Amino acid sequence: MPSPRYWREMPQRYRLEASQCTECGKVSFPPRIVCGCGARDFKKTNVSETGTIVSYTTIRVAPDAFVIQAPYNIAIVEADNGVRITTQVVDCAPEELAIGKKVKFVFRKLYEEGHCGIINYGYKAVLV
Amino acid sequence: MREVAVIGIGMTKFGELWTKSLRDIFVEAAMAAIDDAKVDQIGSMYVGSMTPGLFVGQEHIGALMADYLGTPSIPAMRVESACCSGGMAFRAGFFEVASGHTDVVLVGGVEKMNDGADVTYALATAADQEYEVYQGVTFPGLYALIARAHMHAYGTTREQMAAVSVKNHHNGSLNERAQFPREVTVEQVLNATLVADPLTMLECSPVSDGAACAILAPLAIAKKLSMPVIKVIGTGAATDTLALHAREDLTTLKAVKLSAQSAYKMAGVKPTDVSLAEVHDCFSIAEICIVEELGFVEKGKGGPFTEQGHTALDGKIPVNTSGGLKSKGHPVGATGIAQVCEIVEQLRGAAGKRQVKDPKIGIAQNMGGSGASSVVHVFKKE
Ligand SMILES: [Zn+2]
Repeated sequence: MPSPRYWREMPQRYRLEASQCTECGKVSFPPRIVCGCGARDFKKTNVSETGTIVSYTTIRVAPDAFVIQAPYNIAIVEADNGVRITTQVVDCAPEELAIGKKVKFVFRKLYEEGHCGIINYGYKAVLV
Repeated sequence: MREVAVIGIGMTKFGELWTKSLRDIFVEAAMAAIDDAKVDQIGSMYVGSMTPGLFVGQEHIGALMADYLGTPSIPAMRVESACCSGGMAFRAGFFEVASGHTDVVLVGGVEKMNDGADVTYALATAADQEYEVYQGVTFPGLYALIARAHMHAYGTTREQMAAVSVKNHHNGSLNERAQFPREVTVEQVLNATLVADPLTMLECSPVSDGAACAILAPLAIAKKLSMPVIKVIGTGAATDTLALHAREDLTTLKAVKLSAQSAYKMAGVKPTDVSLAEVHDCFSIAEICIVEELGFVEKGKGGPFTEQGHTALDGKIPVNTSGGLKSKGHPVGATGIAQVCEIVEQLRGAAGKRQVKDPKIGIAQNMGGSGASSVVHVFKKE
């Protein structure tokens, strides 16, 4: 991907930065310009470092950029402050996953864009 | 608004159409619809297509198709809403005729997916690029997440999901335009290669080439023709969060529910008035969720409802008599219009071996992404 597009998302991908609406308190990840409640004032916050698996799968047929990693686990995780995130769950077998299991977010390499492309980093989850 | 009718339908066979190009298949379907309607000119055109740019490197296909259809001066545009591009093109054409601006409008859909593109990547562009696809999620993966949540919340079983594929393949075996017109068994579905756990290959709609078109006209014109008059009595569309994870309940397809409610309200019908439905079974679990959202069965009971045969050809409410996306094929942009072709054929009483007994009202439900957009149309035989 073009480097500005990668660079712009770094605060979210590297540090899980989010925004909290000063009106209704809802935390948005990634940050938004307008909250679902209509308010436009936010304060900076972060997604909680731990959360719970809401649903999960194992991807066996992957897009080209991820073929080398397949099979890999994907889950929707609800962080402790209510934010829901789609993330890989790594360092575990597919059979170890279950709805309700606790995870924590870790910083990892996601994928490489070919031989000369950007190496994409971001968050993944591991079982705790 | 004027009353609107479908006066012509046409579609290609769905499948791997190696010898035909994107423009060839669209024109083939469009000419079939024009011949069916017996009109000599069309006033404007809407072409539903998800991503011809990624699949074959061609954008600007409104003008391209008008050109190759031999009508290079008419207004023509492409409509995009991922897999519900076709249904949205139909809706745009409906409003153009209903408004009184144009009498005869061609609405079509087309996709050419088998020309060598990375199909999994191209389809994934309908999900959130930065926060879903970046993590390596795929469309089968997103629906697998919905499936697991549905199984967890309502006890839906893999056998119940497989029953969707078995039923749709049976219906498709009676449809000569289907890509995979053959029966499958529950065991075959469950033992097929896993794509994204728990969904197997036989629970995923295939990669297809194909096109479908319909001709819309005001009721006054439709009544002068010899064909049975099929009116469009309701249209409804709605959206939901693009990212699946942002929804309060992963098992609820809110856009489907809202689009159906809006279409039912406009049409003045209830779910129990519906004789048959074509729905967006891109994955087995999708049809289970959709029959719930359309109000055919209460929330959470879509699995047993399907397994007990209530959505079969001879069931309480036949669903996907064409074979659905699963067996008929799913050239994404064409799907919404192909659903309309099936409903019109059924209401005309011309569906051959698939014919449902004396249907009065049919609905077509077409959906984009993991359910972030949905459009529903209600049709009635005059
Ligand atoms: Zn707010």
